[in-house]
This record gives sequence, C-alpha cells and structure tokens, in this order.
Amino acid sequence: MFNYYLQLGLRSLRRNPVLTTLMVLGIALGIGASMTTLTVFHLMGSDPIPWKSDRLHYVQMDNWSEDNPYFDDGRPPDQVTYRDAVALMEAAKADRQAAMYKISMPVQPENPEVKPFLALGRATYSDFFAMFEPRFRYGGPWDRGQDAQHARVVVLNHATNETLFGGEDSVGKSVRMDGVDYTVIGVLGEWNLRFKFYDLTNGAFNAPEEFFMPFTTAIDTKKRASGNNSCWRTPGEGWDAYLDSDCIWIVMWVQLDSAVRRAEYLSFLDSYVGEQKQLGRFPRALNNRLLDVNAWMEDQQVVSRDVEVQVGLAFAFLLVCLINTIGLLLAKFTRRAGEIGLRRALGASRGQMFAQYMIESGVVGLSGGLLGLALTGLGLIAVRSLYAQYATVAQLDWSMVATTIALSIVAAVLAGLYPTWRACRVQPAAQLKM
Amino acid sequence: MEIRPIFSALMRSKVSMILIGLQVALTLAIVCNALFIIGQRLDTMQRPSGMNEADTFTIHSIGFGEDYDVRSVMNADLALLRGLPGVLAVAPINAMPLSNSGWNSGLSIEPGQRNSTANTAFYFTDDKGIDAYGAELVAGRNFKPEEIGYFTMNDRRPPRVTIMTRALAERMFPDGNAVGGQFYYGDEDNDPATVVGIIEHLQAPWVGSQNIDNVMLLPALLPYGNSSNYLIRAEPGRRDELMKEVESRLAASNSSRILRNLRSMQERRATVYAEDRAMTIILGTVIIALLGITALGIVGMASFWVAQRTRQIGTRRALGATRTDILRYFQTENFIITTLGLIVGGVLAYAFSLWLMNTYQAPRLPWYYVPVGFVCLWLLGQLAVLGPALRASRVPPAVATRSV
Repeated sequence: MFNYYLQLGLRSLRRNPVLTTLMVLGIALGIGASMTTLTVFHLMGSDPIPWKSDRLHYVQMDNWSEDNPYFDDGRPPDQVTYRDAVALMEAAKADRQAAMYKISMPVQPENPEVKPFLALGRATYSDFFAMFEPRFRYGGPWDRGQDAQHARVVVLNHATNETLFGGEDSVGKSVRMDGVDYTVIGVLGEWNLRFKFYDLTNGAFNAPEEFFMPFTTAIDTKKRASGNNSCWRTPGEGWDAYLDSDCIWIVMWVQLDSAVRRAEYLSFLDSYVGEQKQLGRFPRALNNRLLDVNAWMEDQQVVSRDVEVQVGLAFAFLLVCLINTIGLLLAKFTRRAGEIGLRRALGASRGQMFAQYMIESGVVGLSGGLLGLALTGLGLIAVRSLYAQYATVAQLDWSMVATTIALSIVAAVLAGLYPTWRACRVQPAAQLKM
Repeated sequence: MEIRPIFSALMRSKVSMILIGLQVALTLAIVCNALFIIGQRLDTMQRPSGMNEADTFTIHSIGFGEDYDVRSVMNADLALLRGLPGVLAVAPINAMPLSNSGWNSGLSIEPGQRNSTANTAFYFTDDKGIDAYGAELVAGRNFKPEEIGYFTMNDRRPPRVTIMTRALAERMFPDGNAVGGQFYYGDEDNDPATVVGIIEHLQAPWVGSQNIDNVMLLPALLPYGNSSNYLIRAEPGRRDELMKEVESRLAASNSSRILRNLRSMQERRATVYAEDRAMTIILGTVIIALLGITALGIVGMASFWVAQRTRQIGTRRALGATRTDILRYFQTENFIITTLGLIVGGVLAYAFSLWLMNTYQAPRLPWYYVPVGFVCLWLLGQLAVLGPALRASRVPPAVATRSV
C-alpha cells in the first residue's frame, strides 16, 4: 500500500502546483537557513582531534598582579611566562609536553627568482608533533636531543616547500632565515586543520604555520613573539630580563594519558607554584587549570556569539516556516474533504487515511529537504564569501547532508500531524450528502 | 462594523487563527530584536576613527641579516618618502586604528598607585604623526623635532612628553588643565611625564575595546626587532598611485628587507568590521525572509477562507451587503488576528530581549521598537489580505442561489 499512497500523494501534489510550491519552498527556506548556520556551528564546535582530545591539556597558571585579576571573572591568564614554561619542560612530568609561541622570520630563498618573504611560524618543542599529529611527507620532526642542543633545524609546511624547493624532498637542504642557515629536517604533508586549536589565543583562524623550529633555537635569535604579550609590570631592560619577567607570551600544552596522570600533574603544578610563591612570585591565590581540548575551546568561545545567535535565529525561522506549512497542509487537506469522505465510505479505515496523508507530508518534506540541501549549499557559499576566515568550517559533509534530509522529513511529518488528524475525522456521511 | 459576528466566525476556525497569530507573534519578536542588533552593529561600524581614512595607507618593512641597522634604515626611508611628490605627510608608527593590534598600558595620576587611573593605547610616532594620522590638535602643541627619540621593547623609560586624546585627558584630569598636566607610567617609574598637547579624537587599535577613545602619542621611533612601519598620507586623489610608487621606491632603495602589508586605511576598515557587516547582512536577510513567509502565510490562509466561504459571501451580497462591506469584513478579521498575534509577539519580543541581555550582556531593547513593529506588521497584514479580500468582494450574489 505504501507505493499506492505514494502515487496518490504525488498526484495530489501535482494537482495543486501553487500550493505545493509554496509548501515545498517554505520548508526548503527554513531548512536551508537552519542547516547553513548549523553546519558552521557544528564544524566550529566539533572536536578537532577526537581520538585524543581528552588527553591533551592546556596549562594555565595565575602569575598575575594581586591588584587585578587577568580576567574579570577570575579565570587564570591564557598564556604562561618563559621561565615557567621552561621549568615545566625541564621537569618533564607529563607524558608529553610542548611549550610554543608564534614567531615570524624573513626567509631569504637561494633561488633568486623567489623574492624574500616573511614566513609565519611556530617555535616549539619536538613533542608538539607527537601530540598534535601533523602528517609528514618527507623526513620527520627533530628530537628532544636537538631541542637541548638548540639545533638549527626547521620543519617546513607543504606550501612553503612548494615555494622554496618546488615540492621536492628537501630534507637536508638549507634554508636561510634572517641571516642564519637552518637545515630542513622534515616537510609536512597537507594538514587539514579546520582551525589551529593548539593556539586559540593568537589567531586560531589565521593561516597555518609555514615553518616550525625548536623553541630553544628561536630563543637564541632573541626574537619576540608575534602573538600576544601581556605584562602586569614592566620587565627590566634587555632580553634576559624579559625572559626572566612575569610577562606571559607562551602557550603550553601537555599530554596526560589517564585521569590518574592528570591528577598527578595538577598536584605537581600546585607544588611548583607553591615553590615559586616562596621566591616571591605568584602573589595571587592558587589558580591552576588543566582544560582538555574541548573544554578549552569552549572556554575561549571558539564558536562565536554571532554564530550562536545565527543558529537560534535560523531555527526560529524554521519554526515560522513550519507553522506556515501546517496552515497550508490544513487548507489542502480540508479542501479534499469530499475525497476523504468518498474513500472512507468505500472502506478505508482511519489508520489507512492517516498513513496516506502522513506519506504525503513526507513527500513534501523530502522535496523540501532536497531543495533545502541546494539552498544550504548556496548559503554556505554566501557564508564563505562573508567570512573569509571561516572557509574551512563552512563545508557540507555527509553527516550534515543526512541531517538536512532527515530534519526536513521529520519537520514536514510533524507539521502534517494536526492536519492529517483533522482530515481523518471527516465523517463520510456528511461529505456524501449534497 | 460588527465585531461580534466576525469574532464568532473566527472562533469556529480557531486553529487557523492560532497559526497565523503565532507566525505574526514570532515574526514581531524576531524582527524587533534582529533590527536592534543590526542598528547596534551599524552604529559600531560607523564610528569615526579620528584618522583621515580616505588618503592614508601603511607599509611595513622587515629587515634581515646581522648587519641590518634599523634606525638608519628608518631615517633613510622617511627622508625618501617625504621627498616623493604627492605626499602630504609621512610618519613612523607602531600601530593604528582599525587594526586590532598594538600596545596598550595603564597610566596613573599619582606615583606608586596600585591600580591605573586610565588605560590607553600607545602610538609611538614623530612630529609629523598628527598630520599623517589626520588628527586635530585642539590644545597645547605638537612635538618638537628635538623631542623625538628612539624606544625599543627592551627599554623601561617611555618619553617624558606626550599628546593625549581629549577622552583620555578627561579621564586623567577631570578638572581640566590637561595641557601641562603630569602623570606617571607606573611600575617603579617615579618620574612624571607631561602632557604637551591634546588631539580631539583618535581611536585605539582594538575595535572591541572599552577604552577605544583613549590614545596617547609618544615622541619616539619604535622599531620592533628589525621592522618599521610607515603611515603615509597622500594628497587627495593620489593615494592609489602613490601606494605603488612607495612600494617600488622603498624596494629599490634597500634589498635587505621585505616590504609587506601595503594597505589603505579604507581597506583596513572593511576588513576589521567584516564580521559585523556579515552579521548585519545575515540578519537583514532573515528579516526579509520572515516578513515574506508571514505575508505569504496570510495570503494563503485568507485565500483559503475566501474559497471556503464563497457560499456565505454570496448569501450576504444577495441580502444587501455591498462590495465594500465584504472587503471590510475580511480586513477587520485580519486586523483582529494580527492584533492578537502582535500582543503575544510583543511579550515574546521583550522576553527574547531579556534572554539576550542575560546570555550575551546585550543592551536592552529600546521601547519604541515594538510599537513601530506593531504598525509595520499591521500594514503588512492588511496589504497581504488585500488580494484575497478583493477577490472575495467580487463574488457575485448569484452564488447563493447555486446549490453546487
């Protein structure tokens, strides 16, 4: 009977093209708007590294002035100082740890046809690669020994390797950056990051790094970070005083492979801060935090408020579209009271009438969903043009496609419930009288 | 116009009435709040930066190599740029409005204060800075060439003379007398600094800052490592040609550096407010779509009712009702439904606004949005129902006599 009802449904939809168009269009618009915003919302908020997001933790300590908290709501600062980062790295109490900061270096290519350019990169420790798992195309990362030796090595990203070496295996070749020669030790493959979740405070949606170099080596060059730097009191004169100061400009991640290890590390942090307090630092109350990837993303509001408002608005719009559809379906089914009466008189049960009209609603829902999918595609194109930096999170993936169709059919079926119920209550006898 | 018969007729089709009413209610609630948000964003985006934005652009130079002497390069660059035809003013800068990047710090009125009196952006520049930014000096004097020094991130003593914006001066010296006023940089720097001039208005770099109107000009060149930033103000109309000229001349004069970020202030404004502009466009689209859907819903429902009641309309016409009476009937019916919907919508609008205030610290919806929304949606409803109502009024009385 399903096929029969399907045919009946399609035929009745065709009989009244204006009404059908209005219904399908209404649902499509509502679905299109909702799914566009939901896609962006979902991709922005979704776990960037689901297989280990609960093991990577962001280290926060509160070395700030006792007169004012760093954040008004009392959360600890979003970066750490040089001396604390180095102390934590040397203590090596986590399963893996990597301190890092954003750095920019002029690159002086050997090839005279490529003009010198400013490359944006990251100074970090070797564990970074094991923790965040970028794929290597050639070579590999440097090791902890090279960190200790301040080795002059560099890992290039895919695009920079194309620019400098035409995409070939450049491991062992030399790159001159800011007057110093560095040896290429690895080249990354394409790293499909939606955004740089490992550095939310310094431009998560900016372009990915063009190179990585050892933290210790970068410090040797006395180059200040290109990211945020905040001090609650002016550091002393000179570079060494700056390194020794309470200015925060370093991002610190640790990998802790179990809840037990996490608890141990937190108590290590507490005792470290306790020691520093003895030395006269850390005037504020103990305020250490170890948030995992998803908790940190939420803390830093990666999903912007604007996106949240847009999702809410789009779903409110969908609601209005659905109410509209209920009205249209009601009108449609009420007009067919004669037909309903006739079919009931011929023996159709209430249940069968219900099934027929539910299927008809479902067909409207499916058509609305398919059109809505096309509109979602258009909507995402619009989002990409409005928000250049969100290009990576405004993409349709299969789960969103399935959600679109499912949401549309469910919405149409829900909208059709009341009109169908009303239609089934038609008394055959009343319709047959003339 | 008899309301009772209309009302009782409506009560018989309660569900349809509720459906239209709900659409109107939701539309009012959403449209009022969305329009308010759009208004706020437009206000934010239109704030003047205090700069001449039409004729100015910046370029960033980064040197490389061990022997790069950034100070002599800066002096050579400034001399070169100031000699170019079409240039009104050139200044070395470290930061500018509409960029979300710069240096800010606290200032105190007494030495050794634990909390700053005010927080301000620091703009390091020379005596041509005011001209290049296009700011207006309203009190005191500009820097003298001999007062311009050098400053690096490793130095501890910022310059002793400064120029403040009016807003900052009012925060620091509420009694007036800002020119000649003294303040402290804080942080164990117990020597005061003096304000020598006041400019009317200049924005800090961060467009989301509470202290966006607090800016202090400091007379020093601030190289950041080997990099230097220049702000160039062209003669009106010559900006674009001058941008190309500046880049090629600077590149030719020194090949041990990278030139980048050649950007006009107009382009910076567009980029920094891109998200607000996007939100405005998205909200605007949703408002139009909502109004459209609701109008179509009213048209659809009204057409349906007209079709259902053709017999009744014919009967009334046969009994002496004029075309206008029928028209009025449908318009009044629509007016009642819309009004009921709008009352619910008004409550929803304020509830929604309250929720936005609590969740996002948004400001309160001003009182006049809902009444204006009422009027607009009444008009929309009346317009939407006009078509079906006119069709109804054209139903001939003879319909009453037909039995089919």
